[in-house]
Amino acid sequence: MASALKSKHQRLILILAAIAALIGAVLLAMSALKDQAAYFYTPSDARAKGVEPGRAIRLGGMVVKGSLKRAADGISIRFDVSDGKAALPVTYTGVTPDLFREGSGVVADGQFQPDGTFRATEILAKHDERYMPRELDGMKYDEKTHKIETSSK
Amino acid sequence: MIAETGLAALWLAAALAALQLIAAWAGVAKGDELILRLVRPVAVAQGLLTGLAFAMLMLCFLRSDMSVALVMQNSHSMKPWLYKFAGTWGNHEGSMLLWVMVMGFAGTAVALFERALSRATHMATLGAQALISLGFYVFLLFASNPFARLDPPAVDGQGLNPLLQDPGLAFHPPTLYLGYVGLSVAFSFAVGALVTKSVDSTFARAMRPWVLAAWVLLTLGITAGSYWAYYELGWGGWWFWDPVENASLMPWLAATALLHSVSVLATRDGLRAWTVMLAVVAFSMSMVGTFLVRSGILTSVHAFAVDPKRGTFILVLLALYIGGALLLFGLRVGAVREGSRFDMVSREAMLVVNNLLLSVILGLVLIGTLYPLLTEAMGTKVSVGPPYFNSVAGPIALALMVVLAAGPMTRWRRDDLKAVARRIALPFAAATLVLAIMLFFAAGRIGVLPLLGLVAAALVAVGSVAPLWGRNLRRTPLFTYGMVLAHLGCAVSLAGMASESAFSTEKLVAARPGEAIQTAGWTLHFDSVTPIAGPNWTAMEGQFAVSRGGGSASLLHPQNRFFAEPPTNTTESALLTRWNGQLYLVLGDPLDDGRWQLRIWWKPFVTLIWFGGGLIAAGGALAMVGRVGRGWLRRRRDKLVYA
Repeated sequence: MASALKSKHQRLILILAAIAALIGAVLLAMSALKDQAAYFYTPSDARAKGVEPGRAIRLGGMVVKGSLKRAADGISIRFDVSDGKAALPVTYTGVTPDLFREGSGVVADGQFQPDGTFRATEILAKHDERYMPRELDGMKYDEKTHKIETSSK
Repeated sequence: MIAETGLAALWLAAALAALQLIAAWAGVAKGDELILRLVRPVAVAQGLLTGLAFAMLMLCFLRSDMSVALVMQNSHSMKPWLYKFAGTWGNHEGSMLLWVMVMGFAGTAVALFERALSRATHMATLGAQALISLGFYVFLLFASNPFARLDPPAVDGQGLNPLLQDPGLAFHPPTLYLGYVGLSVAFSFAVGALVTKSVDSTFARAMRPWVLAAWVLLTLGITAGSYWAYYELGWGGWWFWDPVENASLMPWLAATALLHSVSVLATRDGLRAWTVMLAVVAFSMSMVGTFLVRSGILTSVHAFAVDPKRGTFILVLLALYIGGALLLFGLRVGAVREGSRFDMVSREAMLVVNNLLLSVILGLVLIGTLYPLLTEAMGTKVSVGPPYFNSVAGPIALALMVVLAAGPMTRWRRDDLKAVARRIALPFAAATLVLAIMLFFAAGRIGVLPLLGLVAAALVAVGSVAPLWGRNLRRTPLFTYGMVLAHLGCAVSLAGMASESAFSTEKLVAARPGEAIQTAGWTLHFDSVTPIAGPNWTAMEGQFAVSRGGGSASLLHPQNRFFAEPPTNTTESALLTRWNGQLYLVLGDPLDDGRWQLRIWWKPFVTLIWFGGGLIAAGGALAMVGRVGRGWLRRRRDKLVYA
C-alpha cells in the first residue's frame, strides 16, 4: 500500500479519492433524501393525493377563523387548516409560536392519524410580520369576506 | 448632510477600489514598481472611507434621522440606544454596508500588515480583493443604497423586529460577517498566488494567520448565534438545521478543511492545488450563504429583512467571482507543480482524510439545503429537516472525530501503524469506559447517535490532550497548545450536544399562580403574574421560585412581551444555569380559566455546547498568535543575519 502511494501517481490517487468521496456524498444524500425529505401538502393536495397515515409530511395553510379550540389540559389545541378549497382538522400539544393565531398562515410538521386528523409535532413560526412562509405563496385571507383564496400558479 | 457624507464616502471608496484594481493589474503585468507603489495607500484609504460611510449610517440611526428611508423603515425614536446602534446592521442595506466595511478593513489589514508574501503576489492579492469589493460597491450603490432620503421626512419610524431587540444583535452578525468576509482574504490570496504562479509553502505560511482569524470569528459567530436562537426563539433547541444556519455552517466546514490543508502546505509543501481549491470553495460558501440569507429563497425561521430581487444580484456576483476563480484555477493548475509526497500512514494522510470527510459533510449539507429549490423547480414542494441532516451528517462527523483523535499523534511524512495504534490506545480505553458506563446505566434510554456522541467525546477529550504527553511543556510552541485547546473544545461541545439530546426532559403544563410544578427533580412554585413595562414594550411577567431537593430557591422571571411598534408578541424565556445543566422556562399564553401555559425543560450539560465553541475559537486565536509571533521572529532573525 505504502509503495503504491510513493509511486508517481500520488496526485492522481488523491484526485480519485476526492472524486470518490464526493460521488459517495451525492449518492448518500440522494438515497437519504428519498426517505427523509418531508413533502409539503396543502389540505386540497393531501385530500387529492391521499397521504397514508403515519408518513411524515408538512402541511400548510391558513388557520380557519373560529376553529381554534383548546382541550381541558390547557396545552392541547385543535384547529382547522384550509387553503380555500379544502379544510383539515389538526391537533397539536405545546406552546404555539408567537405569531400563531386564527386567520394567519401556518406550516406544521406531523402525520395523519387513521381517523383523518393531522397530528402536528411541530408548528413552524413566522417571526416577522412581513414574512410569509414561502410554501404559502399566493394564499390570502380576506378580512371582510372571511374567505381564504389561493391564486392559481 | 450626514447621509450625503456617507454616500459620498461610499462612492469615493468605490472609485478607489477601481483604481486599486487597475494599478495592481497594470503593475503586476508590467512589473512597474512606480505604479505598484500606489496600491497599498489606496487600499488603506479605501478601508478608511468604508469605515466613514458606516459611521455616518450609524450616526443617522443613533440620531433617529427619520428623513433617511432606511432609518424610518427599521428604527423608532423610542428604541433603547443599544438597538439603535446595533439596528444599523439589523436590516438588508445596513448589513451589506457592514459587509463592505469589513471587506475594506480586511484589505487595509492585508496592505498594512502582510509581510511574508512576495511583492508580486501581495499586489495581485490586493488587486483581487479590490475586484471583489467593487462588485459589492456596485450592489450597494445601485441596488441597495442605505442613505436614500425620504421626502417629506417621516414623523417616526416603523421599529425594529422585536426578536432582534436583544444584546445578541450587537455581537452575532458582526462576528459572523467578519468571518464570512475574512474568507474573502483567503480567496484573494489564492487568486493572487495563481496569477503569479507561486503556490508554495511560503504562500501557505502567509495565508495561514488570515484563514485562522476568519475561522475563529466564524466559530464565535456561529456559537453566539446558536445560543441567541436557543434563548430567544423559546423552542429550547440550539440548532434547527435551518437554511440560514446551514448558510453559516457551510463556510465554517470549508474553512476548517482549508485550515488543515493549509498547514500541510505550510509544513510539508503538499496539497498545493487542493488548498487553493479549498480557498475558492470557502469564500464561495460565504457568498452562497449570503445569497440564501439575503434572498429569502428558502423558508427559514431566522429570515429577517429579505428581498428576492436583490438575491438575484448576489447570485450574479457569485457566478462571476466563483466562475472566474475556477476558470483561473483551470488555466493555472497545470503550472502548480506537485508538492512533496507522503506515506499512507502519516500526519498528511490523516489530514487528507480530515479534508475528505469535511468535504463530504459540506456536500451533504449543501445538497440538503438546496434540494427543496431543485424539486420546487420541478413542481414538487419538499422540505428537508433534522431527520435528514442528523442521519447523514452525524455518522460522518463521528468518523471525523476518530480521525481527530488519531491525527495529532501521527508523525509527519511517515509513521508506523503499530506505533500509532499504541499511542491512541489510551484515548480508545477512555472511550470504551464511557461506552461501558452508558450501556450499563442508560441502555435503552439513550439513542444510538447521542450514545456514540458521548463515546466520541471521551475519545477526543483524551486524544486531544495526549499530544502534550512527555513533551517539555515550557518549550511546546503556542500553536500546539492552540491545536490541543481547539480539539478539546470539539470534545466538550460534542459532549454537550449528546447530553442535551439524550437526557433532556420536557414538561408542558397549564398552571395557575399558587400551584407548584415538579419536573426532573426540580420544584417550581408559580407565585404570580404581573404586568410590567419596558422602554418600548409591555409584558406579563411570571414569578417563579425554583428549587431542587430542598435547596435554596432561585427566582425566575419569564416574560410574554408585547411590542407596539411593530405590533408583535415575543416570549422571553428564563434560564437558570447550574454547573450540570440549565433549567429553561417559557411562559406561554393565558387561558380563559386563569391558567397559564408553561413549557419547562431541564437540559443536562447543555451549556457545554457553547463553552466548547468558545474553546475552539480560543484555540484558533492561540494558534494564530503563535504563528504570527514565530513569523515575526523569523523575519527579524533574517534581517539581523543580512544586516
